[in-house]
Amino acid sequence: MKKLERLVLCIVLLSTLSAGASGLVSVSKGRLEAIWLSPMSVKIKNQTKTTRSFIQVKDFKLMAKAVTVKQFKEFLEKNSDWRKDKVSGLFTDANYLHGFENARDNSPVTNVSWFAARAYCKSQGLRLPTLNEWEYAAAASETLRDANKNELFLKRILEWYGEPQTEQIKEVGSIYKNLYGAYDMHGLIWEWVEDFNTTFVTGESREDSSFNKDMFCGAGSLASNDKENYAAFMRFAFRSSLKGKSSIWNLGFRCAQ
Amino acid sequence: MADQSSEVAVLTAPPHVPPPITRSKSVKLIVNLEVIEKKMKISDGVDYTFWTFGGTVPGSFIRIREGDDVEFHLKNHPSSKMPHNIDLHAVTGQGGGAAASFTSPGHESVFSFKAINPGLYVYHCATAPVGMHIANGMYGLILVEPKKGLSKVDREYYVMQGDFYTKGKFGVQGYQPFDMSKAIDEKPTYVVFNGSTNSLTGDNAIKAKVGETVRLFVGNGGPNLVSSFHVIGEIFDKVYREGAMEYNTNIQTTLIPAGGSAIVEYKVEVPSNLVLVDHSIFRTFNKGSLGIMKVEGPENKEIFTGKTADNIYLPEGGAIQKVNDKEKITTAASVEDQLKLGKTVFTNSCAACHQPDGKGIAGAFPPLANADYFNADAKRAIDIVKNGKSGKITVNGAPYNGVMPALGLSDEDIANVLTYVSNNWGNKKRTFTKTEVSAVPVAKENSGGEH
Repeated sequence: MKKLERLVLCIVLLSTLSAGASGLVSVSKGRLEAIWLSPMSVKIKNQTKTTRSFIQVKDFKLMAKAVTVKQFKEFLEKNSDWRKDKVSGLFTDANYLHGFENARDNSPVTNVSWFAARAYCKSQGLRLPTLNEWEYAAAASETLRDANKNELFLKRILEWYGEPQTEQIKEVGSIYKNLYGAYDMHGLIWEWVEDFNTTFVTGESREDSSFNKDMFCGAGSLASNDKENYAAFMRFAFRSSLKGKSSIWNLGFRCAQ
Repeated sequence: MADQSSEVAVLTAPPHVPPPITRSKSVKLIVNLEVIEKKMKISDGVDYTFWTFGGTVPGSFIRIREGDDVEFHLKNHPSSKMPHNIDLHAVTGQGGGAAASFTSPGHESVFSFKAINPGLYVYHCATAPVGMHIANGMYGLILVEPKKGLSKVDREYYVMQGDFYTKGKFGVQGYQPFDMSKAIDEKPTYVVFNGSTNSLTGDNAIKAKVGETVRLFVGNGGPNLVSSFHVIGEIFDKVYREGAMEYNTNIQTTLIPAGGSAIVEYKVEVPSNLVLVDHSIFRTFNKGSLGIMKVEGPENKEIFTGKTADNIYLPEGGAIQKVNDKEKITTAASVEDQLKLGKTVFTNSCAACHQPDGKGIAGAFPPLANADYFNADAKRAIDIVKNGKSGKITVNGAPYNGVMPALGLSDEDIANVLTYVSNNWGNKKRTFTKTEVSAVPVAKENSGGEH
């Protein structure tokens, strides 16, 4: 009887995976091994043991696809404060919306600052995903919830990281759809997260091991978890190079709820 | 600083070096360096995505003067996927400028430093994962010239070694991504000068003329290996060890640490092809750390004669017999004899590179076994054994770009060894005669000194 219930639950879950009218997909709660965090030391009965680190996330919803140029144009029509000619230099840099006029409607909007991304999500009654939410959803491949140690999955990510962005950015939905129904979590663009600057990779990455070990720790992490985490490591290095007003050609966003 | 004039530094791509600094005063010097991620050839038919300072591996050579106030502009090209920064070993200050220059794609960072210590220094990227950024080619040299300048030389060149880690083995064709496991294990696929197996060979060889004094600014980017830098056919008159401003004299091989440098100087006395190598020698012949300096000019027999005699040494018989070119030592009376004698020649002169089974070594030494290139043209085969061969060839579909020297074999030996090769390993069973071999002319540059 229990088995049957579970099966029914599974079918119900699966049926919710296609994006609704709002373009949101559901990501069910769970925990994910945080291969980018250094292992924790835990004392159990006077014995110190090293355990792997995990992150926990609650149920949340995420846009199936990154916000497109077309969607952002509509946003600018109603929110002229965010137009290039009107926006404050406090919230954007000189790259803001560079090339926007010539971008294809169905391409992800890029060269947007964190402030602008937040404003967009807010206008939709949404928010940016947290770093943990984003990593949790992005860890999923087409078939696995946690593909972070899957060689083929990693290879695909690293190929994108390793290649300079010399061509026009592809359209949203063109890379792959993961188990939650979210498209292009890797391989299309970098994406903003709400707390992008809470990790401690400084420009002086070799010094990072002296930071609070409970937080992200650069050199220590690389030493502890070797080759499998360096894709994540590169992602964190990228995020830590950002400022709230940074606008980058291959950095866009999607919203969460 | 207000009374200083300002200048923009001239940067050069390897193997070139900016001209010596002639001014006698310190200036405010502006250095503009751009980070570009780009696909380039690491070897023939092998592509790799390099991360570069200035579009080349190693990065642009930076030449400044002791006492200069340097305003450094690091620009990360908008097409970059990664943030980058720079740690200059010439900088006194936090991280060598690493944190101050941490730059996301499409942005520029500016910081300033005073050049306090003269010397030749490495610079490199120090963004996480540091090893990967270095392994992808993010290093170069910065020379802080002492106030009194360096001694005058005729030519200066820029050579920098690096080790590379690709998924495919050495020479495997097509695009090859970075392999983190090999990098952690410190087992490089390629060890090369100036970012490619042929950056300093063939048409890219660096040049000098007899009588000139040459200065090489040599760096080692690593990330892992230490270089035993040596130039075959020369002795370094001076070595400024580890890029310091004091020198030692008469050095054969100098050790260059990863993240370190050396300045070597020598006067070229005779014409030859000097071979730049890492004398950890398997890297040179199997992983690519080989460069050529072509020295042209008149012979000087007092210093080097070339081969003047070819004698037979027979310790058991106790006799040393002078060989006249026209005399025959051993004459094959039959094809069987030719095969027997040819096998000995092959074992002594050919097998080291082409391997005892004739299969060669992929990417380095072309196969002779069942080889289309060998079978296609008998006259060409004779010519290669007689006169040597360098440059690009394709054998059984795979490209090779090496140097085979003229081996100085007699025409008889050449006929025998070619007959041996032709009648083994699936080749097309042709017999070569001495007459045929003699008909192929000796190339002028190989005719030796005594004629």
